[in-house]
Amino acid sequence: MQIDEKLISRLENLARLKLSSEERHKISGDLNEILKMVGKLEELDTEDVEPLVYINEEVNSLRIDEVKHQLSNEKALKNAPDKDDQHFKVPKVINL
Amino acid sequence: MPKYVSHQQVQNDLKAGKISCQELVEYYLSQIEATKELNAYVEIFAEEARQKAKALDQKLKEDPDSVGRLFGVVISIKDVLCYKGHKVTAASKILNGFESLFSATGIERLLREDVIIIGRVNCDEFAMGSTCENSVYGPTKNAADPSKVPGGSSGASAVAVQIDTCLVSLGTDTGGSVRQPAAFCGVIGFKPTYGRISRYGLLAYGSSFDQIGVLSNSVEDAALFLEIMAGSDEFDATVSTKPVPKYSESLTFDKKAKIAYFDTALNGEGIDEDIRKLSFGFIEDLKKEGHTVESVNFEYLDYIIPAYYVLTTAEASSNLSRYDGIRFGHRSSDAKNIDEVYKMSRTEGFGTEVKRRIMLGTFVLSAGYYDAYYSKAQKVRRLITDRTIEILGNYDFILMPTSPIPAWEIGKMIDDPVTMYLADIFTVQANMVGIPAISLPIGKHSNGMPVGIQLMANKFEEAKLLAFSNSIC
Repeated sequence: MQIDEKLISRLENLARLKLSSEERHKISGDLNEILKMVGKLEELDTEDVEPLVYINEEVNSLRIDEVKHQLSNEKALKNAPDKDDQHFKVPKVINL
Repeated sequence: MPKYVSHQQVQNDLKAGKISCQELVEYYLSQIEATKELNAYVEIFAEEARQKAKALDQKLKEDPDSVGRLFGVVISIKDVLCYKGHKVTAASKILNGFESLFSATGIERLLREDVIIIGRVNCDEFAMGSTCENSVYGPTKNAADPSKVPGGSSGASAVAVQIDTCLVSLGTDTGGSVRQPAAFCGVIGFKPTYGRISRYGLLAYGSSFDQIGVLSNSVEDAALFLEIMAGSDEFDATVSTKPVPKYSESLTFDKKAKIAYFDTALNGEGIDEDIRKLSFGFIEDLKKEGHTVESVNFEYLDYIIPAYYVLTTAEASSNLSRYDGIRFGHRSSDAKNIDEVYKMSRTEGFGTEVKRRIMLGTFVLSAGYYDAYYSKAQKVRRLITDRTIEILGNYDFILMPTSPIPAWEIGKMIDDPVTMYLADIFTVQANMVGIPAISLPIGKHSNGMPVGIQLMANKFEEAKLLAFSNSIC
């Protein structure tokens, strides 16, 4: 497996990052080194092995679906980089 | 001021009137000031700690029985744990200025027992790193030798305890982030079973690996902190609802333990000669005390790190998608449309190691590669888990050095991620399997740096692990 320019661009877009050309170069080199290390996993026969997904042993922690622990508007907006009294603000999304 | 190593010592002196909480806080603040160049603290809650100490001194005077179990205990917290009304940034530019709206469950429970939080300490950005160098605040230095790293990611938590700026520090452990820095700095580092302590209020890195851990000078403190923080929590659906034993009251171990070690680990390539000798010396001591220590075959040692980096980066790339510059955190001032808000804010806000891991995680989860990497690593996780649990069915503990090498020079591995990742080889197993593990100081390397040994136990066997640790150190 080799990470090439095209794949780096695809990953950048999926991850919503825009790397500088220096970072691109460095990170694609690192990713290739890391994938070489990860390639070791191919040595193991996992044909009949179930993937281990959940580490906690208790299944389905259920609760009543009720409204509680709500934040006030003011608190919810406290850390927003751009806001008015009631909303998070973003650049215009729909162009009419 | 004597160097206190446990909450009992502090509380005895407080109750005997030998010291006050206010004097204690002033002492720790002066220690923080005197060791500033090590860059352990990113924020000091000086006035608040003084106020709380004053109130606690008053409380003791008025009604000695009303004080909490952590009365007089001063702690620092890693910069990934939420503390209501205080900043938390994960040592990242992307959370610059962010203030917690609530406290982590673990923190909340400690506060109820009258703990004093003296400050917020440095770490690797989003807990990604083994050196405490990947931080927007700059590297933290090891007090044993300031040219060396303190380990990571909870590196500054280890330093904070090492230099006596607090009695205990809270860290988090995803792949060894509490135990490895504890070993590098000569303190105790303890990671409980996955799900033993609620993860609510812990900024997520790898959600199926993350656990809050304790860095301390004594096993008693680790036990009491676990006892207070552990247990079910309505805010974390993955936390265990098992009853919480009184760990702090069952710290004697009078049986003979049966302990396994892996020859491939202790006699393998890449292990430092001094660490190997110290570890075998420790094993001999255990045998002399009547414990059984045997070499056991573990065939998956070399597969742990590759599987770990696939799984944690996958989880990280999902977890860190929330940092989008919209509702909180850094937003790029140059972004002109919504897509640029996401891309530019994230690009400006995250450091290189975080970007590297997000990119890797995005890759292993992406269409066409999911089965070959992510699913494969989950299968390997099961193989590693089943075999480890099988061994722990026959043995009380698994013993390993905490790290194959002692603390290295600052800057040495920053451009060599693969070598740095591989140095976590002995700590990651406990997180892969979700079992508890502790690192105990066992001596010094010939270069003067501290060395730690690690013990792992079966899931939810913290009581046994802590009691045994207490009996041998």
